[in-house]
Amino acid sequence: MIAESGLAALWLAAALAGLQFALMLLGFGGRAEVGRAIRAVSVAQGVLALFSFALLLILFAQSDMSVRLVFDNSNSAKPFIYKVAGAWGNHEGSMLLWVTVLALSGAVLGLFSHRTSERTLVAALGSQAALALGFYAFLLIASNPFARLSPAPPDGRGLNPLLQDPGLAFHPPTLYLGYVGLSVGFSLAFAALLTGEVDLRLARAMRPWILAAWIFLTLGITAGSYWAYYELGWGGYWFWDPVENASLMPWLAATALLHSVNVLAARGALKAWTMMLAVVAFSMSMVGTFLVRSGILTSVHAFAIDPQRGTFLLVLLGIYVGAAFLLFALRGGSLREGAPFELVSRESGLVINNLLLTVILGVVFVGTLYPLFVEAVSGEKLSVGAPYFNAVAGPLALFLAVLVGIGPLLAWRRERRPVFKQLVVPGLLGVTALVITLILSPDIGILPRLGLAIAAFLAAASILPLVGRNPLRAPLATWGMVIAHLGIAVAIAGMAANAAFTSERLAAARPGQVLNVGPWSVQLLSVTPTAGANWTAIEAELRASRGEGPVTLRPQTRYFSDPPMETNEAAIDTLWNGQLYTVLGKEDPEGGWQLRLWWKPFVTLIWGGGGLIALGGLLALVGRAWRTRRRRRPADDWRKARYA
Amino acid sequence: MKGSLRFLPLALLAAVIAALIWRLATPVDTTIRSRLEGKPLPEFALAAAVPGKAALASGDFSGGGPRLLNIFASWCVPCITEVKVLKTLQQRGVAIEGIAIRDRPEDVARFLARYGDPYRRIGADPQSAVQIALGSSGVPESFVVDGRGVIRYQHVGPIEASDVPTILQKLEQAR
Repeated sequence: MIAESGLAALWLAAALAGLQFALMLLGFGGRAEVGRAIRAVSVAQGVLALFSFALLLILFAQSDMSVRLVFDNSNSAKPFIYKVAGAWGNHEGSMLLWVTVLALSGAVLGLFSHRTSERTLVAALGSQAALALGFYAFLLIASNPFARLSPAPPDGRGLNPLLQDPGLAFHPPTLYLGYVGLSVGFSLAFAALLTGEVDLRLARAMRPWILAAWIFLTLGITAGSYWAYYELGWGGYWFWDPVENASLMPWLAATALLHSVNVLAARGALKAWTMMLAVVAFSMSMVGTFLVRSGILTSVHAFAIDPQRGTFLLVLLGIYVGAAFLLFALRGGSLREGAPFELVSRESGLVINNLLLTVILGVVFVGTLYPLFVEAVSGEKLSVGAPYFNAVAGPLALFLAVLVGIGPLLAWRRERRPVFKQLVVPGLLGVTALVITLILSPDIGILPRLGLAIAAFLAAASILPLVGRNPLRAPLATWGMVIAHLGIAVAIAGMAANAAFTSERLAAARPGQVLNVGPWSVQLLSVTPTAGANWTAIEAELRASRGEGPVTLRPQTRYFSDPPMETNEAAIDTLWNGQLYTVLGKEDPEGGWQLRLWWKPFVTLIWGGGGLIALGGLLALVGRAWRTRRRRRPADDWRKARYA
Repeated sequence: MKGSLRFLPLALLAAVIAALIWRLATPVDTTIRSRLEGKPLPEFALAAAVPGKAALASGDFSGGGPRLLNIFASWCVPCITEVKVLKTLQQRGVAIEGIAIRDRPEDVARFLARYGDPYRRIGADPQSAVQIALGSSGVPESFVVDGRGVIRYQHVGPIEASDVPTILQKLEQAR
């Protein structure tokens, strides 16, 4: 009954999405009762989608093998948390999560958004319903998560062991909240282009959504990066894999949007550009979903290689993005730009930020899809990898990082003060770091060296907005910006240190033998079998030391039976100044064991920086929400009068 | 913004979607073909893979009729089934030269003793150097080489009984 109820709820939610869309068409004339009705429908639709998803979770928690999806992806011997997380560790379940987040976003928008005009809100909810309708249709026609299996098999096939990790519980839902949260930005932009109300109120309605989605994307990407780092056993944190790029592209667009929406909210400028970015950001989410779900590009993530599903998603993508771009082409010309600004001003800084982010986005987009284009045109097969992305996107990102240190110091509209005087100390720090790396490690690459210098500069420059004032009285949003920008410096330092100073050792060792990697001596003590809930393993015991007391590491090779698969469980020792990363490989015929050892100085800064960036976003979100609550009415009226 | 410029995103979208439709419509062919079809063999001189059997060099292919160059390894499971088909080809008068990839003499000898030996000469390619020079991406693979040392045909994967007519035809054409 649970599966049938879930399916029924899904059909009902789809019907309500249809009703919501119809109400939008009806209510566009501005009838007040339609506005109330469409809000209520959006909430009901959100609740039904959530109900349906909750039922899927219950089916997985109970290991109901009469449901095909559970049979294909679960097994009764699996630990409970992976039974539940397995609900979204597959195509159908993750698409249900996708549409649930989409419907819930619509519900929250319907419940709480009072900033835009009623006309714009009705249109935005209609757009949200149109998005949801397509994805309900996708689920119900091409990927039913509740399909039964008769007769019910005694036990399931199990979940891919790589997914049996706490990372699965966290990474996909966070990423989806980010991906799909951007849908509200898309819908609001679409609505505003439709009603012609691209104004400060719209920017303020949009801003918390973009910020929240961006925070989730940042966390999702950071978590995914760390997950891949420790679970895949390759010792790398970013592979420029098409699907990683698919999550990076919406993040880049959302980062640009986050800054341009501020210009629109504060100054009424960059209207057309901001609307374009809002459309592009969610389009990138859909492109990402399409790339993952169609399996069109070879990737570690491409789960479902199914042309029918791919076609369905491509049709949806074409309809939604095509409609938004068409509307933009038709209506974009009627947007009048707001307050003008001079060449040296906060606005110009943010325009340059946007241009750079957009170019990086273009670089990643082209690099990801280039092999496909080349093969379509000339039939030639090629692949684009890290050398291209690092060489092209790397310098752009570093240049952007320098500007991140300068931009926040500029005033809105025009800057006449001698801003560069403030940058003397950060500049000196950057040069000092450069000189130190030149003396101490003369043969590291140019990008890591510049990275270290720019990180030092940016770390100091990023806190300047708090210098010369009482930091405790600075707005929380300013704190958020400072922390996020500091996070960028920290992450760049981590990436540069990892690229410059990592030592690697690959060797076969017999028990008792000692290997050296970086400052460490690692002794292989023993290799013994061990077992867990649903796996058996070979485990090595390593004793590592570098002067102070030794640490013990236990890397494993695990063998799972459902489904039959072998994984490497790296053992990682985290210290304040880096990580010792160890992987156990195969036994060679002479009785030695392959060991891969890495010493990665300051690698943890990469994810620490990512966390700081997200934390900065959170502070800005909370700070803004708190401020608007405190003085919503008078502020709104004042601005309305000024920029009407 | 200029009017025509505003349609640019739409045009880009159309181009991207066209490329994606093409990809969805064309099944992905993951076979990697050698670029050397129609070109002479790269120069190589390999040591003998097993004691007592002749070594293999690119010069051995000049003169004489067309022959089959087979890339195999003792650790390669599909090669075990393929070797039986190679035996039938050999009985039909096909000259087969072998290259053993990343292998050890004793393993190759055991492989030949257990499953049969269709090869005239076998060269050892311990680091896959010649394999890569040939543009081969896996084991087993076979090349039809004509009497002047020019590669005429590449067969990716094991030669199965159903492939025998094609291989014989290609060898005939290379004559």
